[in-house]
Amino acid sequence: MIAELGQVFLSLALILALVLSVVPLYGAYKNRPALMAMAHTLVIGHFVFALAAYIALSIVFFNHDFTVTYVATNSNLLLPWYYRLSAVWGGHEGSLLLWILMLAGWMLLVSLLSRSLPRAFIARVLAVMGMISVGFLLFTLLTSNPFDRLIPGPLDGQDLNPLLQDPGMIFHPPLLYMGYVGFAVAFGFAIAGLLGGRVESEWVKWSRPWTLMAWAFLTVGIALGSWWAYYELGWGGWWFWDPVENASFIPWLIGTALIHSQAVTEKRGAFPAWTILLAIAAFSMSLLGTFLVRSGVLTSVHAFANDPERGMFILGFMIVVTGGALLLYALRAPRIMTGKGFDFMSRESLLLLNNVFFTVSAAMVLLGTLYPLIIDMMGWGQISVGPPYFGAMFVLLMTPVVLLMPLGPFSRWGKDELWRVVFPLLGSLVLSLVAALIIVAWLDAWSARAITGWMGGLWLIFGSFHYLFDRQKRSRFGLPRHQLGMIMAHAGVGVFIIGVAMVESATYERDVRLTPQESVSVAGYEFTLLEVVSVKGPNWIADEARFTISKDGEVIQEMAPQKRLYHRSGQTMTQVALRPGLFKDLYIAMGEELDAQSNAWSIRIHIKPFIRWIWGGALLLALGATLAATDRRYRLQQRQSATEGVDASAASSA
Amino acid sequence: MTPRRRKRLTAVALLVLGVGTAAAIAITALQDNMLYFIAPSDIQTSELPPERNFRLGGLVEAGSIQRDSESLYVTFTVTDGAHSVPVSYAGILPDLFREGQGVIAQGHLDDAGLFHAREVLARHDETYMPPEVAAALDRAGAPHGVLE
Amino acid sequence: MIRLLLPLVTFVGLIGLLIIGMQTADERKLVDSPLVGRPIPNLVLPQLHQPAKTTSTADRLGEVWVLNVWGSWCQSCRIEHPYVGRLAKESGVPVVGFNWKDERDDALRWLSQFGDVWAYHMVDYEGRSAIDLGVYGAPETFLIDHRGIIRHKHIGPIDETILGDLMARIQRLQQEVGA
Repeated sequence: MIAELGQVFLSLALILALVLSVVPLYGAYKNRPALMAMAHTLVIGHFVFALAAYIALSIVFFNHDFTVTYVATNSNLLLPWYYRLSAVWGGHEGSLLLWILMLAGWMLLVSLLSRSLPRAFIARVLAVMGMISVGFLLFTLLTSNPFDRLIPGPLDGQDLNPLLQDPGMIFHPPLLYMGYVGFAVAFGFAIAGLLGGRVESEWVKWSRPWTLMAWAFLTVGIALGSWWAYYELGWGGWWFWDPVENASFIPWLIGTALIHSQAVTEKRGAFPAWTILLAIAAFSMSLLGTFLVRSGVLTSVHAFANDPERGMFILGFMIVVTGGALLLYALRAPRIMTGKGFDFMSRESLLLLNNVFFTVSAAMVLLGTLYPLIIDMMGWGQISVGPPYFGAMFVLLMTPVVLLMPLGPFSRWGKDELWRVVFPLLGSLVLSLVAALIIVAWLDAWSARAITGWMGGLWLIFGSFHYLFDRQKRSRFGLPRHQLGMIMAHAGVGVFIIGVAMVESATYERDVRLTPQESVSVAGYEFTLLEVVSVKGPNWIADEARFTISKDGEVIQEMAPQKRLYHRSGQTMTQVALRPGLFKDLYIAMGEELDAQSNAWSIRIHIKPFIRWIWGGALLLALGATLAATDRRYRLQQRQSATEGVDASAASSA
Repeated sequence: MTPRRRKRLTAVALLVLGVGTAAAIAITALQDNMLYFIAPSDIQTSELPPERNFRLGGLVEAGSIQRDSESLYVTFTVTDGAHSVPVSYAGILPDLFREGQGVIAQGHLDDAGLFHAREVLARHDETYMPPEVAAALDRAGAPHGVLE
Repeated sequence: MIRLLLPLVTFVGLIGLLIIGMQTADERKLVDSPLVGRPIPNLVLPQLHQPAKTTSTADRLGEVWVLNVWGSWCQSCRIEHPYVGRLAKESGVPVVGFNWKDERDDALRWLSQFGDVWAYHMVDYEGRSAIDLGVYGAPETFLIDHRGIIRHKHIGPIDETILGDLMARIQRLQQEVGA
């Protein structure tokens, strides 16, 4: 009954989304305030029904209703209640529902927080987002309905995949989707701008905080996925360059370019067309990511994951959304090709370079991801592209970005002199080089990677703080939030780079065969396996290896990695034991039992220096973006435009 | 040509040059890091230089797993039903590695026909599952090590 | 003008690539069975309902038949179950079950709950014979012709479209018998 209700709610949301994508747009076209105002009501209703459908699915999960196929495949009687609730997005169908709910949530926020914007403009934004929602609702109802019944239902369900029974995986997908879907806001603003014709810089100003927030969510989502892979998969890696990760990384790279180009367009009116293109691309890449992950077009390794029907649907949807947007762009862009000129040495140029490097990086990742497909279609065989490709390309493309990044804030708009920008930073540059050498010597981590990593990272951190002090000296009021946010984010990149350089250059890794009472020493730490015992959890049993770790003869830590066997699915899972630290992680993962008689196990021991800095850096990036998004000037600006809103909406009807 | 146009033209030329270089480097890097996937039946017919790394895919033959009693050294046979190839590996095998289970081994073939694996990835698709999970499982079985 | 249409053109190219990619996805599966076109291995296995009795894949020589790999643990097997039933009823050829990596009790309970639509079941609890067959997962469906050659293999659950495809293939194979 509840499942049927859920389906009804979804259908109602679809109807509202359909109305939303037509009526306000027509209202804006004919300049009818009543029709435009309908958008707000529709958005509220749309959100309520999406939420109701989501709650219905949660209840079905909570009540163990295995006559619903999706529940039967993703839950079972032994699953604790919190994982039953998170299992809602543990599979394809439910994650789509979550996506829809989030889109509805973003729309609601836009509708509530942007009431001061010109009525016609916001009506167009919401209508465009309504169209996107129509697409996803249709996709869900036609190809991936989470409420489909399975009659007769089994007595017990299969189980949520054990990999997903973990706090990190509970929050990774929602945050990622928040980012993906958030780019739909920037997309909506850009399209509304194109539709309205008043496309100079107005829409950019309004959409900036939204883009920043979406980007912040995406950053945290990706970082969380990386952290999860690190402790859950048992390989000790933090990034694998696999197609699914790349699918989330490509929109992130485009999004990074977008938030920088938006700054230029808002402040100087320069390259507005390019900014529109990026806004279209960021969301299109989110769609492409969804397509790549869900269609089975790339992951031919999973012979079973192919679902051509779903793939074709997303592809068709992409053709409508991106194709339509680009067509509109081609028709309308001539009107807006009025960028302000700027000098070769200027802040605009530096930000343009940022854009070039980030979009080229995105293209590189896309190329590497699609290359196996291209090769195969040419009939040249089946291949995979190894991580070294991505690593090499990234070092190459990001080196100039790192070198130039601190110069950006110091440079002036329009026209500047190279020496004037570089000169004040010479101190920071020298300081970072010297400090890098001292630190590397102190850590005794001599390697080209570590040295260059520290130099680059410290250059970003010192350069950013240099700017902070420089500004604070000059201004009596302190720095505005958007500047603080930028400094924090840039310094975060520095922290991230140091983390990556240290992990990639100074990790100790040993795979050993151990029997109880045997020890192995790795990088000055003595790991002793005391015993291997059996332990029991709610829906699993496990072998647990108990270790003591000593340094210089003193026991400093006890650790107990596990090898779990989940009852229902019969899957084994590696539960890593970690001793996290700001400068060093100790990491033990169990391999397999090699000999039952002597209790010998294969054990993987890692010592990972500075790995927390990778996620710490990402967190700083996201915090910086959030800080910038909540800057006062965005709120002030909205109040200002409220007064001029009425005439503007009249003028902008196209 | 006005100075402004000239400046713009230089910028565009530089941009095209830069993107061109990047593309050239990318293609080279791709060629270097391309790993062919080859099934046991295709090994005879494939023309790969010796020592060239590739990925060997198939099922682990039942009863073929043999472990060394002192180290992590292990040998097993990968088959596709028609042909089979002996594989040697030293290290931790993935959770899903089992007899009869699909595996992908990455490494090279020696003159004697023994495949030296540097990595062993287990395939997991015993049943239909959502792609995100499948991909996550793939990663679980895939030690794309950070160390070279 | 070129500058305006360039993004659109790039996008169209990308979409073209992806569409072709989608359509060839099935052919690009990493392990296409090397056994298609070869004789089915001679497997002698116990029956599910009468474990004492064995049957062989060679028993069916001379007629077109279907081998369907399933297990009570396999969710997709439940989804394809009605279609397997229709295949057995409408195709007119024997549809033999291959009960894989299962427990006997579970399998019997599963059959009594959903219905036994197969002619009989060969049992492979250890999954050893499945290797000879090149079974990668469940469900999988093999079409074997009257000379004992595997002519087609479908990986994954059978649905409406696949059912139609299988029926057409079976019909063609049966015409070969007559010829």
